[in-house]
This record gives sequence, structure tokens and C-alpha cells, in this order.
Amino acid sequence: MSCLEVAMEKISAKAREFGLDFYDIFFEICPADIIYTFGAYGMPTRFSHWTFGKAYHKMKTQYDYNLGRIYEMVINSDPCYAFLLEGNSLIQNKLIMAHVIAHCDFFKNNIYFKNTSTAMVESMAAAANRFREYEFKYGKAKVESFIDAAIAIQEHVEPRRMIRKNSKKDEASKHDCRHKKPETPYDDLWSLDDKDTFKCDTCDHPRKFPTEPEKDLMLFITQNSKELEDWQRDIMSVIRQEMLYFWPQMETKIMNEGWASYWHLRIMREIELDEAETIELAKMHSGIVQTSRTHLNPYTLGLKIFEDIEKRWENPTEEEKEKYGRPGGEGKQKIFEVRAMENDISFLRNYLTKELVDDLDLYLFKKMGYDWKISQKEWEKVRDGLVINLTNCSFPHIVVQDGDFNKKGELYLKHYFEGVELDVFYLEKTLPHVYTLWGKTVHLETRLDNKPVLFSYNGEKGSKKFL
Amino acid sequence: MAKTNFVISREDWSLHRKGEIDRQRHQEKVRDAIKKNLADIVSEESIIMHDGRKVVKVPIRSLDEFHFRYDFGKQQHGGQGDGNSKQGDVIYSDPQHGQGKGKGAGEEPGVDYYEADITVDELAEMIFEDLGLPNLEQKKKPEIASESVEFKDVRKKGIASNIDRKRTIMEVIKRNALQGNPGLHGITPEDLRYKTWETTYKFESNAVVLAMMDTSGSMGPFEKYIARSFFFWMVRFLRTKYNNVQIVFLAHHTEAKETTEEEFFTKGASGGTRCSSVYKLALEIIEKRYSPQDYNIYGFHFSDGDNLSSDNENCVKNINALLEVCNMVGYGEIEGPYYYTSTLRNTFKKIQNPKFTCVTIRDKSGVYPALKKFFSQTQEQK
Repeated sequence: MSCLEVAMEKISAKAREFGLDFYDIFFEICPADIIYTFGAYGMPTRFSHWTFGKAYHKMKTQYDYNLGRIYEMVINSDPCYAFLLEGNSLIQNKLIMAHVIAHCDFFKNNIYFKNTSTAMVESMAAAANRFREYEFKYGKAKVESFIDAAIAIQEHVEPRRMIRKNSKKDEASKHDCRHKKPETPYDDLWSLDDKDTFKCDTCDHPRKFPTEPEKDLMLFITQNSKELEDWQRDIMSVIRQEMLYFWPQMETKIMNEGWASYWHLRIMREIELDEAETIELAKMHSGIVQTSRTHLNPYTLGLKIFEDIEKRWENPTEEEKEKYGRPGGEGKQKIFEVRAMENDISFLRNYLTKELVDDLDLYLFKKMGYDWKISQKEWEKVRDGLVINLTNCSFPHIVVQDGDFNKKGELYLKHYFEGVELDVFYLEKTLPHVYTLWGKTVHLETRLDNKPVLFSYNGEKGSKKFL
Repeated sequence: MAKTNFVISREDWSLHRKGEIDRQRHQEKVRDAIKKNLADIVSEESIIMHDGRKVVKVPIRSLDEFHFRYDFGKQQHGGQGDGNSKQGDVIYSDPQHGQGKGKGAGEEPGVDYYEADITVDELAEMIFEDLGLPNLEQKKKPEIASESVEFKDVRKKGIASNIDRKRTIMEVIKRNALQGNPGLHGITPEDLRYKTWETTYKFESNAVVLAMMDTSGSMGPFEKYIARSFFFWMVRFLRTKYNNVQIVFLAHHTEAKETTEEEFFTKGASGGTRCSSVYKLALEIIEKRYSPQDYNIYGFHFSDGDNLSSDNENCVKNINALLEVCNMVGYGEIEGPYYYTSTLRNTFKKIQNPKFTCVTIRDKSGVYPALKKFFSQTQEQK
């Protein structure tokens, strides 16, 4: 057995001793450019597109200039694939293996990964092959520009579709007729939500399409666009599936990196190291948790929160004992429970305390004139601000309001405005992509300067009018 | 011991080129985007003023991956201080936009355009793709035509100094292999191969370009910048595309003088303006040094047009004299913040010679069209 295998044997035994429960792992040792390829594509086997080339170029350049370094990359699948950078020292690899094991434990046990396909490596490879055939059949340029259009709206999926659809269906049938007597005194509350959706003068109100505003633009367009050919529908649904696969990773980034950092520290403390190794390890760890004034480091934030949870459940204060009935000694049990049940939003919402915000010196900042200034230090506002930024994985919430607008089959999208305006330059450049997918005039309603405004694109030019 | 639940392997990745292939496609798109934005890029300060670095950064917007997103500048963002941050602390300042200057790159929040690295040579190649000296004629003076020797053929006979060693050795190996005794041994006379040359004559037209620039007091930093941008690319273009082009640099205010290239691009001056002075100097130089029989002669003059009005008629006369001897005379007028009606351009409207070209530049993006207009070749020359 090689040194690496001996080390891995020890590390994984230690991890199991701590109670980590992870998929089997395939470690691959790769040269830098391969790891950067995988990093750029998010996967070792994905379709080709220039945007990945752009990401790859950026990562590779940073590596070449020694500005950044990916030491590892883990793929959520069963078994997990992990890629180690060739040229890592033994001690670097040890830390990374411990880190990787914790990621694999997280993938296996966090609830938000319950529905992700564990065979994504294979399905992505199959899709990549089909895309290549499309290129061969319909021409590279055509396929490329279609992918350009599809990825322009790739974030607009609905990961909780199954749950939401079922509950809404009952509800919709319930208030099909408004004049029916409500079943409970509170049932009229349901209709507040969508009073402009249903114009219910009589029972046969005009049918809406879609019946409920649809958040999954990718799905709606794939199913309902009259413009798309079969190969294009396939590309749309592949890109949607891949987004759904990556979604849980995006919504648990802080937790997942925090969890892995927590465990690489814990496990490495138990492994015998000589002086030089200890120093190298400390250097590497401090590089990982380095903070920045303009970004939050998910490794640091997640790690600190996990450590804090463990501390507070292990040795609760008198007040906590009394108020929450927390007996103490439950630190480890609690962090395992958190790792299974939460995502970044609930993680911050439930466990980012005043003490942590102060200790870590977290703040919100915003642009004022030419300066970016600290705008908020009050802990609850900071916590809430961070949560707001993480909502919907930081993407604007946009729905299909009407798929037959003006009775001419036009597409009417609506942005659920939540206080932050959209980037108008980007919006105007994105609508033509949506037009490519839909084939008819597309509209997007949003708010600017607190007034509702409608952007439209009809295939030739864009327009904007205040409503 | 627990069952092995991991595998460590090392594969051969040498054929894995996916990232590289997509990167190349991306680079192609970058080049296309640059081509589309040449008008803006041509007068980028970072390029004109570049300090001899080979690689310059050019900002391009069309390579963004557009999607619906929040306005970054209107959002609040999370950050982490070193323990002593206070409300109101400035954590970052955007660079203030100077005149026509692009946003700087770096670590600032919300950078949203793509910056491509490109070498000045590559950029020059794109800019010059369709440019050429107009009305270029074959002048006399065949003695200037360069004679060059090119080894183009390999034969069995020749002179000893021209033995083609590589081919000869290949012949030996081939013969030995055929005889069933492979290896490199025993060169026979049949194996010898000789290089043979051909003489080619490269006829090149001689050309001289007179770069004339107004450096009077009315030429502000913007006007000078525009004129120098134009001449920067012109000089580069002439040196890239032609071997035999000479460039004469002339600067003037009320008086004109010949300068070195360096002075021309760096020195300022002041005082009034008498454009005819530079035309006169140009005529003198042509007469003394560049006979129109032997040279294709071009004159390009940049000014803000703010000339002594008593001198305007003189200018027309001199331009007409220049047109007699030149293949082309170009006049570029940079429209500054103050608008004059009695500019040189208006006076030049009288000139009806097709060899005279006049352009107006209002802002930085006008430099590229000016280059294109002055250096567009006629169809048959392409």
C-alpha cells in the first residue's frame, strides 16, 4: 500500500469512529489542468460550451499566477468521486482526505440531497454525447447559440416542485368558485395571494395558462414552447436536470464547507504529526479560512457556526438550561442533527447568534456614491440581510404569469419584487434569449424606482414602459 | 480491519482536452468580440500609452453570460472585518471615472465585464486586416527592389556547399533499410542531395508618409490624444504591413518643424496656429528628398481646425500643391468642446480633388473609422 492509502485507512477509520457516515470514495490524482477542467464544468463529464472554457481559463490563469489553488474537488454521487491535485504534499493530501470524507458524509445525510441523482456522472456523460451528436447533425454554431439561450434562464427552476404542486392542486380546486361558503373562517386568506389571477364573477372564470404562476421557467418553456424542436427540448431538460442536481449544493454551501472544515480540523488533531507537518497544516488551514472585507468565506462562517452550536449544546449556560431545557453533553448529537436537517438559510436563521456576529465582525455593506460602506452592524439586521441574499440561491424570483398573453401566445414573466431592483442592462440582454426559446414576444414585469414596469422584446427590438 | 471503502488511482489524463477545446472556443469568441468593438478599443488609453508591455487588457462586454440578476450596486452584501469595523467605514472605493476612462479591474465588488488579455501585435493584426495604402502605384527605381534567394528545390546534383544533410542522411537510412541492413552507415555518392535556390525579385513600392500634427495652444489634451492615437496606429500599421515606408514627423503651431518620432508623440507646444506652415514644410521636404517619380507620397494632417483665418486661403493653395505630388492627402479635424464655424474643414470644402479626404472626429470611437477611411484600399488593390 502506498503512503496515501495507509493515511486514508487511518483517516477514514478515525472518521467512522467520530460517527461520520459516508459513501465509498474513488480518489483520483490528477494534474492541475484536469482538476481545473472539472472545477470549471462542475463535473468530470459534462457537455461542451464556451462558458466552461471561460471558467476554465480563469481558474487556470489564477493557478498559473499562483493566485488561487483548488486542492480537491468532490462529486456528489454514489460512490463519491474526489480529485486530488498532483503535487500536493502528503500532509496536504491528508487534510484534504479528511475534508472530502466530511463532504461525502454531508451529501449522504443532508435532507436536501435526498432527491439528487447519485448517478449524475453517468447521465451527464450520456447527455454530453447526445449534445455532440446534435452538433454533428445541426451544426456547432446552432447548438452553441441554443445553449447560450437555454443557460440564460437556467437558474429558473423549482427544486421543491413536487411538494408545492400537490398542495396547490387541492387548494386550487377548493377556491375554484369563490362564492362557495368558506370551510373555515380563515379560508378566505388563501385568495389574498392571487386575487388578480382569478376573476371569478361566475363559475366559469377564464382559464388561466398556467393555472398557477410557474416558477420553473425551464420546465414551462420546455413543455409549452411551440418553437422548440426535439433536440432543443432535450438540451433544455438536460440543463434543467443539471441545475436541479447542483441546486442543493448551492443552497448548502456554507454548511457543507463548514462541516468539512470542522472535520478536517478534528480528524487532523487526532493524527500524529511532526513539527514541520503541523506548521504546514496550520498554514493550509489558515489559507482556507482567510476572511475578506468584501465577501463572506463560507468555510469560515460554517466552521464557526458548527463550533458554536457544539459548544452551546455541550456546555449550555444556566439560562439555556432553564429556558430551553438543554441538559448539556449533547454537542455532537446536535451538530449531526443540524447537518442532516438544515440548509444555509435555516442554518443562519437558527444558529447565527449575536455573539457570533460580533466575534466574527460580520457586517452588511452597500454602495454609496463611489464608496462601498458598512451599512449595518446590528446583529439581527446582519443575519436577516445575509438570509435575504441567500434566498432562492441568490437568484431573483421570476414566474411565468401568462403563457398566452394578449391572446397571442406571448410569454408574460413577472419578477416578484422583494426590494432589490434587477440589473436592467442584463435584463435587456436576457430577454432576447428567452425570445429564442419561446418564439414569440416575451415580457417581464418588475419594479424600478418603486413603479411597476414592463420590459418587452418582440424579436427585433426591446421596449420598456411603466405600467 | 474494516473493508476497504476507498480507491486511490492515477489515470493517464493526457488525452483529456475538453477544457482546452472549450477554452479555445472562448478565445475565438473573445477575438470576435474585440473585432466588433475595435472602434472603442483602438483608442483605449491603456493601449496607446502602453509601456512597451506586450500584453494589454481590453474590456469587452459581449462575452458576459446574461441572465436575470439583481442590480449589484443596489444590494446589501455581507462582509467580514478584522474585529474593529464600524458602521459607515469605507471598505472599498470605486475608481472615479476619468475622461473616457474605463473602469479599473481588480477585487472590487460587482465587476461585471470581461477583460481579455491580448497582445498588441494581435490587436494590430485585427485592426489592420482591411487597411492598406490607397492609390499605391508602382514607382520607378527598380534598384530598390529587393533581390532575395530562396532555397526551393532539392536535386541530386549541385555544389558541395549546398548539401542537404538531412535529406542525404534520410536517403542513407532508406537505402540501408531496403538492403536489409538498417542503420546509418556508409554514405555513397548516390545518397547525396543538394539544395538549389531560386532568385526572386520582390518589387516593393516606395512610400513616404508625412505625419503632420497641430501642437498649438488650442489643441487640448483630448485633441492631442486623439491625434496621437491616430498616428500611433498609423505608424504601427505602416511598419507592420510595408517594408519600405518612411515616415516623416512634422509638428507645427505658427511655424512647422520636423521632429523625431519620440518628440512627435510626447512633446506639447503652445501658441497660435498657422497650418499652411506645415504644408509648406511638407512640400519642401518632398522636393528635397522624395521625388514623386520614385515615391508614393501621403500626407496626413490632424488639427482642431482653429486656424488663423487669414491663413485659410493659403492652406487651400498649399493643399492643392500637395495633391499635385501626393497619392493622397488626408485631413482630420478633431471637434473639441468649442464649436467653431469657420474651421479649416469648412474652407477645405472647396477642394474637389478625389485624392483629398477629410474626416471629423468627435470622440475616441472616431479614431478607428478615421483609420478605415484614410487607409481603405480600392477594390483592385486588395
